Amino acid sequence: MIRQLFHAVIDGILSGGVYALMAVGLTLIFGVLDIINIAQGILVVLGAYLSYALSVHLHLDLFVGLLVTVPAMFVIGVAIQWAFIRPLRGRDRTAMSLLACYAVAIIIEGILYWVFGPNFVQLNASYVTSSVHMFGFYLPYIYLYGFAIAVLLVGALYLTLYRTRFGRSVRATMQDRTAALLIGVNVNRVAALTFGIGVAVTAAGGMVFGATSGGFNPNSGYDLISRLLAIIVLGGLGSIGGALAASVFMLTVEAIVDIWSPTWSIVVFYAALVLVLTVRPTGLFGRQAARAQ
Amino acid sequence: MTSALRVEGVAKAFGGVQALTGCSLDVEEGSVTGLIGPNGSGKTTLFNVITGYERVDAGDVYAGGRRITNLPPQRVFALGIGRTFQLTRIFPRLTVLENMLVAAQHRGDGRWRSPLARAGGQADRRRAVELLEFTGIAGHAAALADTLSYGQRKLLELAYVLVADPAVVLLDEPAGGVNPSLIQHIAARIRDLNADGRTFLIVEHNMDFVMGLCDSVTVLDYGTVVAAGPPAVVREDPRVLDAYLGTDADPEAGDD
Amino acid sequence: MNSGLALREGAGGLRRVLALRGGAAVLVVAVFAAFPLVITDQLITTIAVDTLIFVAAAAAWNIFSGYSGYISLGHAVFFGCGAYAVGIAARDWQITGTAEFALLPMAAAVAAAIAVPFGLIALRVRRHTFVVITIAVFFIFQLMAFNLWFTSGTNGLAAPFLLWSPTTFNDRFYYLALAIAAGAAGLSWLIRGSRFGLQLRAIRDDEDRARGLGVRAMPVKLAAFVISGAITGLAGALWFFFIGQVLPQSGFDPIFDLTVALMAFLGGLGTVSGPVIGALILEPAQQYLNLQITNNYLSQILLGSLFLAVVLFLPRGAVPTIGEQITSWRARQADRAPASRAAAAAVLAKGKSP
Repeated sequence: MIRQLFHAVIDGILSGGVYALMAVGLTLIFGVLDIINIAQGILVVLGAYLSYALSVHLHLDLFVGLLVTVPAMFVIGVAIQWAFIRPLRGRDRTAMSLLACYAVAIIIEGILYWVFGPNFVQLNASYVTSSVHMFGFYLPYIYLYGFAIAVLLVGALYLTLYRTRFGRSVRATMQDRTAALLIGVNVNRVAALTFGIGVAVTAAGGMVFGATSGGFNPNSGYDLISRLLAIIVLGGLGSIGGALAASVFMLTVEAIVDIWSPTWSIVVFYAALVLVLTVRPTGLFGRQAARAQ
Repeated sequence: MTSALRVEGVAKAFGGVQALTGCSLDVEEGSVTGLIGPNGSGKTTLFNVITGYERVDAGDVYAGGRRITNLPPQRVFALGIGRTFQLTRIFPRLTVLENMLVAAQHRGDGRWRSPLARAGGQADRRRAVELLEFTGIAGHAAALADTLSYGQRKLLELAYVLVADPAVVLLDEPAGGVNPSLIQHIAARIRDLNADGRTFLIVEHNMDFVMGLCDSVTVLDYGTVVAAGPPAVVREDPRVLDAYLGTDADPEAGDD
Repeated sequence: MNSGLALREGAGGLRRVLALRGGAAVLVVAVFAAFPLVITDQLITTIAVDTLIFVAAAAAWNIFSGYSGYISLGHAVFFGCGAYAVGIAARDWQITGTAEFALLPMAAAVAAAIAVPFGLIALRVRRHTFVVITIAVFFIFQLMAFNLWFTSGTNGLAAPFLLWSPTTFNDRFYYLALAIAAGAAGLSWLIRGSRFGLQLRAIRDDEDRARGLGVRAMPVKLAAFVISGAITGLAGALWFFFIGQVLPQSGFDPIFDLTVALMAFLGGLGTVSGPVIGALILEPAQQYLNLQITNNYLSQILLGSLFLAVVLFLPRGAVPTIGEQITSWRARQADRAPASRAAAAAVLAKGKSP
C-alpha cells in the first residue's frame, strides 16, 4: 500500500512536470494576450503526431525530432495568432477569441483525423519500452527523460522571462498592456512571440505525452485541454508559478486516486477546481481579484 | 446645523500604501462641498469608502446620523447617496433611456412587479425623460449610450444617479475633460439641484469650478484633511499651498 | 425599445409600425407552419426539424449568455441531461410510444434543477474563469454519462419506438420543434424588453455598477441561467426522441457548445432574432455539408473554417450589422422627407438596438 502510494507520488510528480510545461504555455498566453487558447489541447496532440510522423517515416529519435517539431510548432503558433487572434478587437473579444481558438481546434482535429485516422497510436523508442528499477518498482526511462526535458524547458522559459530584455517586455505586457505600450514595448510583437512560445512548448509536451499516455488519437485533445484549463485556473490565471505547482499537485492527486478508481480519477481534477473556486475565486495562487476577472 | 454626511477617522491602506489616515470630514446638509487635493491624496479612495466600493480599515461613515460604514454599494445607494465616477460608468450598450431605467429598478414603492413586465412603467419613463431634459440630453434618449460624447456621458451619469432621488450626490471630477461651455452647463445644473435642497460633495481639479460653486472646501493631502472652510479662506491657507507645491505642481493632471 | 420620445411622435405612426411588425410576425409563423405541407422531401424535413431544435437551443443560450455577457461553453450539459432524463425515465418506467412526450416537462425540470447548483458555483466568477468552469462541468457530465451505473455507458440509450409512418413522423416532430422554438424565441423577446432583461443587460455592460444601482446580480444571473438551461434541456429531450438514440459523446457534445454560441454570434449576440437567424443559417449549412461530403473529417474542417469566418468577418453578427444599415437608411429617408413622421417614429421606436 505504502509502496503503491509512493509510486503514485513519483508518477504524479514526473507527469506533473510534463503537464506543467503545457500549462505554462497556456497561462503565459493568457497573461500576455488575455485570451484562453482552447486549442492548446489539440496542439499538444498535433505535436505528438509530428513526433510520430518523424519517428515512423524518417526514423528520427524522438528527442532529436524535437529540434524540428519545436520550431515547427512555434511557427504554427505565430501563424494562428497572426491570422485569427490579432484581428479580433472590440468588446466581445473575450468570447470571440475563445470561439476562434475553439474553431481552430476542431479544424486541426479534423485534419489529424483525415491524415492519421481515428486509431490510437503510440510513440515508440527503446527508452519508452525499457524501464529502470527504482525504489522497488519499474519506471520507463521516458518518464525520467520527459521530466528532465520539461524541467529544462520550463527553466529556459523562466530565464527568458526574468533575464532577458524580451522577457521584461513580456512581463511588462502581462502587468499592464497600456503602460507597456507607453514605455516603448512592441506589444503586437510580444503577443505574437508569446503565442508562438506558448505553442512551441506543446511540441515537447506532446512528444512526452505521446510516449507516456499509452496511446493517443485526435480525440485526445479534449481530455488534455480540460485538464490544462483546470490546472491554470487552479493555479490562478496568468500565474506561472501557480501553473507549475497546480500541475504537480493535480497530477499527484490524480495518480493517488487512480490506485482506487481509474475511471473517476480525472473527476478529481474538476471536483478540486469547483471546490477551490467556491472558496477562492481567484485560484490557489491568483493575484488580486481584478486580475482574475 | 446637521451634517448630511460625516466621515470620522477613516483609514484605508492598499498593501503598504496608506491611502487614507485618520480622515474626518463633515458635509453640511444643503451645502455644496468641494474636496480638493493633489494627485494621489486619497480623494477617490474616500469616495469609494463612503459609497461602499472599498472597505475601511478603521473609522466610520455616517449618513444623516445613520452609520453606513462598509455597507455594500447598493445599500448606500438605496439610503440616498448617489455618486458618479471619474471615468464615467454608464452602460454603453444600453440606450440612454435604458440607462435611466436601470437606476429606476429598485425605487421601491413596496409593490411587487413582475420581472417580465416591460422595463420601466409609465411613471418611470416619464421621470427618466424629465431628468434627461433637465440635464439636456433628452434628444439622445433612443441612442446607444456608447455614442455619447465624454461630456454627455457625465450628464447621463448625473441624470441616472438622480433617478433614485438621492439626498446626497458625490461627483468625481464632473468637469474633468469636458469643454468649457459644457462645464458652465454642468455647474448650472448642480446649482439648480442644490437650490432644491440636494447636498453635493464634489472632487474636482478645476479650481475656478470649485471656488465658484462650493460653499465649503476640504483639502486632502496624504490621505488626511489639512484644511477646511469657505473657499476664500482655504485659498489663502498656507498649508494648502504647501500641499500642492510640495507634491505636485500640476493640479490639472488626472487623479490616479 | 420604445422610447419616451416615440410616444410623443404621432401615435398613428407608432401604431402603423406595430401593425407592420405584427403582420411580419404572422407572415413568418404562416411560412413556418406551411413549410412541411409544401415541402415533403423527408431529407429536407429532417434537416428542418434539426434546425428548429437548434433554433430553440440558440435562443435559450442567448437568453443567458447573450443578455448577461457570461459566455457559457457548457450548455451541452443541459442538452444531454434533458435527453438522458427522458431516456432513463422511459427505460425504467417502461414508457412506450407516444406516451414518451408526457416526459418532456421532466427534461426541462431536470435541466433546471442541475442549473441551480451549476450556476451557484460558476456564476461566482467572471469572464474567462466562468468559461473554464462551464467547460469543466461539461466534462464532468460527459464522464458521468460514460461511467455512471444508470446511463448504460458507451451503449447510450434508445428512445421508445414510435409507430408512425415516415411522413407523419417528421411532420409531427416538426410542429413540436416549431412550438418549442417559437416559445423560446417568444420568451427571449419578452425577457429582452422586461425589467429582468434590462437588469441582465446592465450586468453585461458593467456588473459592479449595476449592483451599485441596486440590481441584485446573483439572483438575476441565476434565473437567466436556469431558464436558459431548462429550454436547452427540453430541446435535448426532443432531439433524443427524434434521433431515437443518445450516446455520451452525442448528448454531451463539445461541438454543440461551440455551435449554439456561434449561431448566436452569427446572427447577433444579445438580440432576439439574431440567434434564431443564426441557427436557421448554420444548422442547415452544417447538415448539408454532412450530406454532401461523405468524408466526415473534411466536413468538420469546413465547419471549423465556417466558424472562423463568422468570428473574423461578422464579429458583431448579421442582425446588428444589417439593422444598423436599415436604421441609417431610414434616418436618411426621414431627413429627406420630414413629413414622413411614421418613419421617424419607426427609427425612434426601434432605437439602435434591435
